[in-house]
Formats: sequence, C-alpha cells, structure tokens
Amino acid sequence: MTGKQPFEAVVADHAATVLRVCRAVLGPADADDAWSETFLAALRAYPDLPGDANVEAWLVTIAHRKAIDVTRAAARRAVPVADVPEKPAAGRADGRDLDLADALAALPRRQREAVAYHYLAGLPYASVAAVTGGTADAARRAAADGIANLRKTYPGPEPVGSARPEGETHARQR
Amino acid sequence: MPANDEAEVLGLLRDLPEVTPAQLSALHDRLAESSQAAGVLDVAYRTLDTPVGTLLLAATEAGLVRVAYAAEGHDQVLESLAARVSPRILKAPRRLDAAARELGEYFAGQRRRFDLPLDYRLATGFRRKVVGYLPGIGYGDTASYAAVAAAVGSPRAFRAVGTACATNPLPLIVPCHRVIRSDGDPGPYLGGRDAKRLLLELEAA
Repeated sequence: MTGKQPFEAVVADHAATVLRVCRAVLGPADADDAWSETFLAALRAYPDLPGDANVEAWLVTIAHRKAIDVTRAAARRAVPVADVPEKPAAGRADGRDLDLADALAALPRRQREAVAYHYLAGLPYASVAAVTGGTADAARRAAADGIANLRKTYPGPEPVGSARPEGETHARQR
Repeated sequence: MPANDEAEVLGLLRDLPEVTPAQLSALHDRLAESSQAAGVLDVAYRTLDTPVGTLLLAATEAGLVRVAYAAEGHDQVLESLAARVSPRILKAPRRLDAAARELGEYFAGQRRRFDLPLDYRLATGFRRKVVGYLPGIGYGDTASYAAVAAAVGSPRAFRAVGTACATNPLPLIVPCHRVIRSDGDPGPYLGGRDAKRLLLELEAA
C-alpha cells in the first residue's frame, strides 16, 4: 500500500472548502447535511481512492451528487400549501438590498455549480465539466454568466465600516 | 462577454459568510459519530496529557491498537497506522474514553492493571510472543531481558526481546517498562529513560 494520508488530514485540508461549496450550491440550511453526507461517503470509499487522485476534485464530485440527493429529498418533503410565501423580498433590515449568499442562491443551478466548483473549489473548467456533465466551454460560460449575474444583483459590500483584509483592492466595475 | 479576472472574482466571493473553526469542529464531531455508527471508522484516536508527556491513543473496533509517546512523532505514527491498519482514521475520542480513564487512574496511583480490549495486530512473530508475555509481569515487579527471553522459550534471544520492547505498539498498557537490565539499570525505553524511571518509581511507591 502506498503512503495514503490518514483521513483526518483529508478533513483538515478540505473541510472548509467543501462547506463553502455546499453552501453556495444548496444554501446554508442544507449545507451541513450535504457536508456530512459527503465526508461520510468519502471516508467509506477512501481506501479505494487511487493514491495519485486529486482529492479536492474527488470530494467535489461526491458533494455534487449529495447536493442533488438533498435537493430531491427536499422536493419530496415539500407539501403544497395554499399560501406559499414568495422568496424573501429584496430589502433587508440593514438597508442592503441583497447579500451575496442570497444573490448566489438566486442563480440558475448550473451557474451556481460552475461558480462554486471553479472559484470556490479551484477546479479547472475541464474538471468542473467532469463533475457536472457537459463540456469545459459550457462550464466556463456558466461560470461567466453566473459572475455577471452576481454583479448585477449584488451591490457589493458596505463601503463604510466593513472590515476588509489589508491591501485588498475594491476595484469592481459595475 | 469579457473574461473574468480571477483575482477580482475571488475578491467578490470573499463577501460570502465565513466558515468558522467552531462550525468545522461541530461538523467534525458529527462525522466522528456517524462514521462510528456506520462502521466505517477503522481507527479512532485521541491524545492524552500525562506525566510522561502527551500520548497518542488509537483503537480499532477490536480494541486499543497503539499507544505512542511524543518522541515517536504522532504524525508519523498516524501515517504508519494508515499504511498498516487502514487510512480510515479520524480523531474521535469517544472510543478511547475507557483507555484515557484507566491511564488517568494509573498515573494517580489508583490502578494496578488495565482492563481494556487490546488489538495486537501490530506485533507479529516473536515480537507478538514477547508482547503477549509482558502483562504477566505484575505492577511493581521487574524482569530482566534474559529472564523474558527464557520465559518465552528462547533463552539466547535477549537482544530480540530488547527489540520487541523497543517496538511494543502498546507501551504502558503492555508493561515493557518492567523489563530491565540484569545489572538493575532500567535500560533504554521507547518513551525515553526518564519516562521509564518515572514509571518504575510510580509503581514502587
């Protein structure tokens, strides 16, 4: 057996990224469940993972399938009611129209996935396409469309009093 | 459509809610529990602070499989467990509750023998024979390397007994610290000579 690292190290290295991906694709309410399902399935399959495999891409692939499962389960649970509230209307107590998580949640699923897998997980578009199906070009277009839509709907961070990492530029064409 | 500047997009996405250590810790705990329940946690481990330093305790479903001193390098020990037992390893303290409690009682002078299921799979051949004999040396007693060699039926193999003690996967629990040199010197120990002296003094009290 080659030197495969203990699974604890896999969790330490990738837990935060996979949680960001799950939140982006599913929203915060279902993200914890998807994360847990993903890492449990990964632990189960870990001994059979080839030693030279890209662990991040492997985890994103599992998370993608678990996210689909979670969405289907939620759809099955959903019971029609007479008076369905619409999505929360724009406009929040703090005066900002929409936060970035809401803006991301409002994207079409393919765009959300492409943005999450490319920008949050750092997968190249060919790997994104391997996860979602379709071509690398289609994944690139979905991510670009997603970012363009985010720029339209997300007004950006509060300019005053919001702590930003030092040295970060705020340049953002809108 | 203009190509997105990657750095700029990453700056934009930094406005997503942050992932906190507390959130990750809660998810890790949940994984430790669910993997145990699902029977896919092959090796659970924790660390324990003791008078002889921080110990690593690791257990399979069968029992305690490894106790390691800090000097052995806990990361290397975990990598070795991944290679020799299974890479399905998580920090999951619950399986080690009894071992941690009994070791605490031992160092407090309140326990003279351990009552824990043990997994001897990391000791094979002659070493397994030696390691299996050692729990017969009682608390407060000692035996020489030569005496242990004779007791396991290979009187000339006292050096191999030394090697078996030096590679004991379950030090403290399997009391290789009670095997000393014929001239009374405690001799070497995988936890260091000071640790061996401390244990022998603890047991002599």
